[in-house]
Amino acid sequence: MKALHNLLDSVRPHFEEGGKLSKFWVVYDSLETFAFTPGHATKNGVHIRDGVDLKRTMFMVIVALIPALLFGTWNQGHQYLLSIGEITPNDPLMTALWDKLFIGAVKVLPLVVVSYGVGLGIEFLFAGMRGHSINEGYLVSGMLIPLIMPVDCPLWMVALAVAFAVIIAKEVFGGTGMNILNVALTARAFLFFAYPKQLSGEIWIHNVKASADAGLLADGYTGATALGHLASTVGKGLDEPAVTSVMSMFGADGMFSLSNSFLGLIPGSIGETSALAILIGAALLIWMGIGSWKIMSSFLAGGLVMGFLFNLLGLNAYMTLPAIHQVVMGGFMFGMVFMATDPVSAAQTERGKWIYGFFGGFLSIMIRVFNPAYPEGVMMAILFMNVMAPLIDHYVIEANVGKREKRALAAQGATA
Amino acid sequence: MTRTIRIKKGADIRLKGRPSTQVEQASSAPLCAVQPPNYQGIVPKLEVKEGAAVKAGSTLFHSKEHPEVKFLSPVSGTVKQVVRGEKRRILAAVVEADGKNEQHAFASMDPAETDREALVAAVAERGFFAFIEQRPFATVANPTDVPRSVHVSGFDSAPLAADMEVALAGREAAFQTGIHALRVLAGGSNVQLGMKAGQTFFNAIEGVDTYTFEGPHPTGNAGVQIHHTRPINKGEVVWTMHAEDVANLGETLTSGTYCTTRVVAVAGSECDAPRHLQTTLGCAISTLVGTVNEEEVRIVSGNPLTGDRTANDGFLGGMHHQVCLLPEGNKPKFLLADGWLGLGFDKFSLSKSYPTWLMPKSKEFAMDTCNNGEERAFVVTGQYEPVFPFDIYPVQLLKSIIANDIDAMEKLGIYEVAPEDFALCEYACTSKIAVQSIVRNGLDMLKKELG
Repeated sequence: MKALHNLLDSVRPHFEEGGKLSKFWVVYDSLETFAFTPGHATKNGVHIRDGVDLKRTMFMVIVALIPALLFGTWNQGHQYLLSIGEITPNDPLMTALWDKLFIGAVKVLPLVVVSYGVGLGIEFLFAGMRGHSINEGYLVSGMLIPLIMPVDCPLWMVALAVAFAVIIAKEVFGGTGMNILNVALTARAFLFFAYPKQLSGEIWIHNVKASADAGLLADGYTGATALGHLASTVGKGLDEPAVTSVMSMFGADGMFSLSNSFLGLIPGSIGETSALAILIGAALLIWMGIGSWKIMSSFLAGGLVMGFLFNLLGLNAYMTLPAIHQVVMGGFMFGMVFMATDPVSAAQTERGKWIYGFFGGFLSIMIRVFNPAYPEGVMMAILFMNVMAPLIDHYVIEANVGKREKRALAAQGATA
Repeated sequence: MTRTIRIKKGADIRLKGRPSTQVEQASSAPLCAVQPPNYQGIVPKLEVKEGAAVKAGSTLFHSKEHPEVKFLSPVSGTVKQVVRGEKRRILAAVVEADGKNEQHAFASMDPAETDREALVAAVAERGFFAFIEQRPFATVANPTDVPRSVHVSGFDSAPLAADMEVALAGREAAFQTGIHALRVLAGGSNVQLGMKAGQTFFNAIEGVDTYTFEGPHPTGNAGVQIHHTRPINKGEVVWTMHAEDVANLGETLTSGTYCTTRVVAVAGSECDAPRHLQTTLGCAISTLVGTVNEEEVRIVSGNPLTGDRTANDGFLGGMHHQVCLLPEGNKPKFLLADGWLGLGFDKFSLSKSYPTWLMPKSKEFAMDTCNNGEERAFVVTGQYEPVFPFDIYPVQLLKSIIANDIDAMEKLGIYEVAPEDFALCEYACTSKIAVQSIVRNGLDMLKKELG
């Protein structure tokens, strides 16, 4: 590796102040520090430092995303073949494995490339303007964004969303570590509000409209997600035929049965469908201490509590869906594990994390059911809690301050 | 029966090269130095010029703010040099020893029979206020204060630290006299001693409230012990003193000659024979570790978390009781080999993303001084709290300091802490933030503001 380092050293003068390419210093710097942890030794303070740095931490989050990414890629192919009746739900899952992976990869990879390309491009621009080095934050955001996109989302829309999120949600606040809102969710929210028609349309299964026009669509396939179907039941009587037919899809043999929803064999955003794949990532994050188990578990508890309350009320068909079924559908699990736990936008105090997580989960299910115009309540709930997190922290810290003041008063009383 | 306090938060960094319990006499130092920057909050005013003859116990300089706080020469000889830095700031007063060991004679006294005012004057005259630290502000104690209490930690939990029982062996009488003196300074009682289970040295010591502490570093820090026994409130002043300095104070008061014994742990992975060496305050580092290749090896006066970097021609720091030799980490590390994506079996990490947790607890690590990354903004949360055994929000306190928000700093508990209490936070920090220097700035700012 000496050779590579010598090469980097030999081109270094071009990028330094006064060199021909000094405008691209940040590109050089980020590549060099990517390849080689710099030989910067500690100066003041501690003389030894833990081996962990932000690069490694962020990389571990990417590793935790791999199960969801791989499954999502496979599932997009799976859903496509199902929708055109090429395979049936009763076929073994391994049928046409390579076809499914290929179809999925053709759709997913461009999304990943666009997300990283646009996002990192903007990061480089800002870092260059500010004379900073590149922060690693976007490594994770850049992978999260494609995973919460519908598979047929046009690439220009992804690019626009990424640009909006990186600039408005992050860079205007000062970059990684300074943002108030989760960057990836901001991208999704941008699309949701800017292009509501496209995002709630027929883009959840690859090519579903064309298949429908060609009369290829298998029975029961409309391209809608589980939440989309459920939203259509709100405001209708419990035993109307339209409602019962939707609810039958959530029965044991239905398309959106509990096991299908848990395993992720349903249409939806690329990375969000499989609770199983997401939980594998969650286990890794919790074990490494990178994702807060407090946020994840209280988020889950909040969702289940709201689900149970709805079960008790049972005012419409949506409310009667078992709480456990609610939390394995839609983006709930993905939001819980990868979005709510974003350390920058979440509550930062340990006690605050419990509160933040609980209300995140609680509101997710509430928004989903109360406002069918927003089928993806998780996104709304987490963004809302991002805004509330500093307030939660404020009160947690005030409690600590109050305790200290009380102690001081007691000490004064004792000596007086 | 002493109370036992268990502290769970913290971490023991398992460094290679722990000192053996053997104590050897170091060769006598041809040069000794007293270094004003070692004493926080002191603006020195020199009393001697270069070339002046001094005895052991002669005043070299005093504090501008409190002229009675004096800093004495540990050896007899001539003042060889006054080292100055930027803006003519005095960095060190170097004394060349003449080997005659002439002593400045102080009156011998029994602290238990002395009233407080006379004892404060005597302690200051004998140069021992230099070794008393106060909280708040973590500076040299102000002799005009009457502290709420005085705290002495009976053990050092820092990595590669000297074993206090080894260092103090045989000095029970001197330590006891020192404790009596502290009792008088604290207004009659209120001296606390924190020890760890299994120590026997302190068993017969009287006149102290003893607590036993169990737990990882930084349990040995006086600040942690105070927080878990009698936390400091706004408006209170407490003093802390290193146990070896307590013994030195006792011996000085009894004998009338300035005692500056230091039993120093000389340790670290680059040290051939890690052991304890007996020497004096401010001795030349080379008498402890010889001469090293400074490109490859870093000499740290103090512990690896809080100490000062020094060089072959440097001196033992005034508040330091250990010297560490660590491999210098100034070479780039390729990402897949020993860089950020490496397996890292040879790295000690508190993060489970490295396989430290797989290793047997007995494995020790040779850590170099590489930063292991670049400085970033605060991103990861919840990593300081597990190594910070205070009921204080560390990140929020740091942010209030960065924002110069004095009011918030006070509310968040800055009175209780010293930079050393944050050393493990700085070690563990993913974003490589200079936590201790931020805390130091905050304390200095607060002191300036409150006067």
